[in-house]
Amino acid sequence: MSKPIVATTSLAGCFGCHMSLLDIDERILDLIDLVDFNKSPIDDIKEFTQMCDIGIIEGGCCNSENIHVLKDFRKNCKILVSTGECAIMGGLPAMRNNIPIKECLEEAYLDGPSTKGHNPEGILPNDEELPIILDKVYPCHEIVKIDYYLPGCPPRADLIWNALVALVTGDEMKLPYEVIKFD
Amino acid sequence: MSEKIKFTIDGKECFAEKGANLIEAAKENGVYIPTLCHLEGVKPAGSCRICNVKINGRPMTACTTTLIEGMNIENNVEDIQELRKIIIETLFVSGNHYCPACEKSGNCELQALGYRFKMLVPRFPFEFEEKEVDAEAPKIYIDRNRCILCKRCVRSLKTEDGKSIFAVQGRGYKAMINIDHELAMNMTDEEATHAMDTCPVGSILKKERGYYDPIGSRKYDKKPIGSEIEQIVTN
Repeated sequence: MSKPIVATTSLAGCFGCHMSLLDIDERILDLIDLVDFNKSPIDDIKEFTQMCDIGIIEGGCCNSENIHVLKDFRKNCKILVSTGECAIMGGLPAMRNNIPIKECLEEAYLDGPSTKGHNPEGILPNDEELPIILDKVYPCHEIVKIDYYLPGCPPRADLIWNALVALVTGDEMKLPYEVIKFD
Repeated sequence: MSEKIKFTIDGKECFAEKGANLIEAAKENGVYIPTLCHLEGVKPAGSCRICNVKINGRPMTACTTTLIEGMNIENNVEDIQELRKIIIETLFVSGNHYCPACEKSGNCELQALGYRFKMLVPRFPFEFEEKEVDAEAPKIYIDRNRCILCKRCVRSLKTEDGKSIFAVQGRGYKAMINIDHELAMNMTDEEATHAMDTCPVGSILKKERGYYDPIGSRKYDKKPIGSEIEQIVTN
């Protein structure tokens, strides 16, 4: 029987959740025995080449590209797992949600300490090649259906490992107190 | 000697002094009833509703309940636990609770209840409402993004001559905690620390403290909130 196939992505995230996935120590050898990877920054496969069993989503949606990738994951993965605070509730990027988008862009490109005086024409990025920034950062489950949630910033390596093993083997997932954390 | 009364929680026989408060009496009997607004020695407000229990079949807040002989209380039952979880989830979506960026993380009672009730994601949409931070006082600041309006600060933090340092401003969804800047001017370091510890969440914080306890040694890193009460052996 072929191995279950896993895809992963980082949307508006910091790659911390991916780092935590790699933080499973020697179990990373078991992981390779357990699953194959498809589209993922881990193997650098850029596009889906087949239907996947599990999609691990890190980060929320802050721009149109995040939405596109997330919908692509929903289409190509049987199970989607929101991994980490950003995917679950927007996380630190969502701290801009109370600030008007114009103010955010002005702070980033005109008035910030590293840009003030260096952008005399007052240009804000608006090339059509660039993804459009959204009015606010959205949790993944407000965009597509999400099947499972792994909280944490990042989710503890044990939590990600336990979840993957449970999903692949069909056994009940272990949820000891120490692994569910929001920070 | 004052009169002893008998009552039950989930069928367990418990004893307390006549006129005792339910949350506190439960604690003495080794039963944890979760709460975010109750403080021992302070007049109960019944504002957070997390201590909801069923008394003789009716849902009531434990913190505002005075025990009488023969009360049958249901605490650890499915519908009550679900009701509590719903309240916790509501609090998480109605404020802006960015746990990874909060100095109280690990010592926060709301977060600890999220852990205890195994909240993986709130079932409601996030509101991301705009809230203000007041950092004018020299020793403390209020971050209303994290406030759950439990009114612990309003009810318990007073000056020596009995004046309230905090008050509620506005009503309904506009209600927010405000600080008396004049009174807050004279707060000592100890009073500021006490104010921070009184707040169940990271809304009132002592300035220049930041992330004090390392991850792993914070209050709720290893053991669930309430587990210290459940360890009390009674007979």
